[in-house]
Amino acid sequence: MPYLFLTMGIGGSDMYRQQILDHYKNPRNTGELEDPTFTHVGENPMCGDEIRMDVVLSEDEETIERVVFRGDGCAISQASASMLTEKLHGMSVDELQELDRDDVVDMLGVDISPMRIKCAVLAEKVAQDGAEIYFGEKDLDKTTTEDDD
Amino acid sequence: MGQTDIEPLDVEAIREEYPILQREFDGEQVVYLDNAATTQTPEPVVETIADYYRTTNANVHRGLHQLSQEASIAYEDAHDRVAEFIGASGEREEIVFTKNTTESENLVAYAWGMNELGPEDEVVLTEMEHHASLVTWQQIAKKTGATCRYIRVQEDGTLDMDHARELITDDTAMVSVVHVSNTLGTVNPVSELADIAHDHDAYIFVDAAQSVPNRPVDVEAIDADFLAFSGHKMAGPTGIGVLYGKKHILEEMEPYLYGGMMISKVTFEDSKWNDLPWKFEAGTPVICQGIALAEACDYLDDIGMEAIRRHENELAQYAIEQLEGEGDIDILGPPAGVERGGLVSFNLQDVHAHDLSSILNDSAVAIRAGDHCTQPLHDKLGVAASARASFYVYNTREEVDKLIDAIDDARQLFA
Repeated sequence: MPYLFLTMGIGGSDMYRQQILDHYKNPRNTGELEDPTFTHVGENPMCGDEIRMDVVLSEDEETIERVVFRGDGCAISQASASMLTEKLHGMSVDELQELDRDDVVDMLGVDISPMRIKCAVLAEKVAQDGAEIYFGEKDLDKTTTEDDD
Repeated sequence: MGQTDIEPLDVEAIREEYPILQREFDGEQVVYLDNAATTQTPEPVVETIADYYRTTNANVHRGLHQLSQEASIAYEDAHDRVAEFIGASGEREEIVFTKNTTESENLVAYAWGMNELGPEDEVVLTEMEHHASLVTWQQIAKKTGATCRYIRVQEDGTLDMDHARELITDDTAMVSVVHVSNTLGTVNPVSELADIAHDHDAYIFVDAAQSVPNRPVDVEAIDADFLAFSGHKMAGPTGIGVLYGKKHILEEMEPYLYGGMMISKVTFEDSKWNDLPWKFEAGTPVICQGIALAEACDYLDDIGMEAIRRHENELAQYAIEQLEGEGDIDILGPPAGVERGGLVSFNLQDVHAHDLSSILNDSAVAIRAGDHCTQPLHDKLGVAASARASFYVYNTREEVDKLIDAIDDARQLFA
């Protein structure tokens, strides 16, 4: 269980600093795209969080040009998705695949309790799995964080 | 004693038996409202566990030495005490100690269901079943070709009894119903359901995990064929569950687990089974937990199960009243004023239950958030999750007030 090393914090309202609440209440880059390079959906069955991401890649398929998401779920999962859409803008596909839990926690800027880490990383996993499926490196219908320990 | 003579609980005195309730997190005293998941353990039960290991510990049944005899007698007597607690006149022969309610369900599903069910049979459950019962019968039905049917839950959180009468037919072999819903708090008419089941020669299995801990339960008044509950939800230890079964049914059933202790004679070719209930308790059993559970029964009877029932219902009603104050909280289950188990599940508008629970933890208020092992019910209700506050003998109105204050913090944060 690698996430135990990220933080042993209990969570609570420390986890809900202004930035997270702002992204939860006013999510950025929401909706659906008409002609995305790829689309992928994921869920976190524990919370019932769901996220769908539409991604547009550059012509050489190396750079992420645009990401929008649609989702439903807890504040941590939805704020994380909103922040990730901003972070991914202009990022290379290789850089996306190198993102890990630490990067997500850094992005959120707060300690995420062990029980909630799955909520935090859902969007990241959806984007990564979506790219891998598009490039034929993975065969997966839907991302789930359930067995992700 | 008439019902009006029942004194309210002396909660202050009761709380002294639970040192854990004095714990503080960041200067805030814990408000433990997750009792439907597990209750805290009072000193007399903790002492019984410690005393057992200090003075009596030995393996049971097979030892001829003094310690083994003492442990055996205490362990066997514990079955009688639990039988008395739930009104089982067959005493120890009708009480099997298991690991938990789930194992009790599985014992019957495997020992009875796998042998008796076939493609022509139906198992009737309710839409408010805990996964312990729902998943178990669903999977046994898959293996045997039997069909599961679910009694509808109505808007007001009660079972549609007309639907129950429609579903329970001569094709029904088993009716498995939850007594008190761990999500809705609904108290189901299990005695009436037992009558309907028996009219069609079906058995009834009552999941009493949320009822035996907090109200008088009499298996013979219900006329349950099987009834199951867990020790750790009734002031007892974890690691022990109980399966009550009518003696004549248990006698006819094949064992579920094989091994030592459950046999009377073994040859290389074959084995004969031990008497009830030992036939169903293979291997070294839950000795200490069983003895401690008997102590928990004494503890609860001293307080009085009818008084506990009232205390739980009153706290739940008070909580509903307070929660509904701001008009932005949806309560699951029966509306205010309707008798319920000591729990309230709810959702605060626009705040996910997991976010709410995380924020409440800041005020040291411990509640549960999620689907409470009733995922299909949550799907039906159209909510991904809910928050649940659940009470026990040591909880107070002041603690409900702290819950309400902490919810207000979350309300402000997400406003």
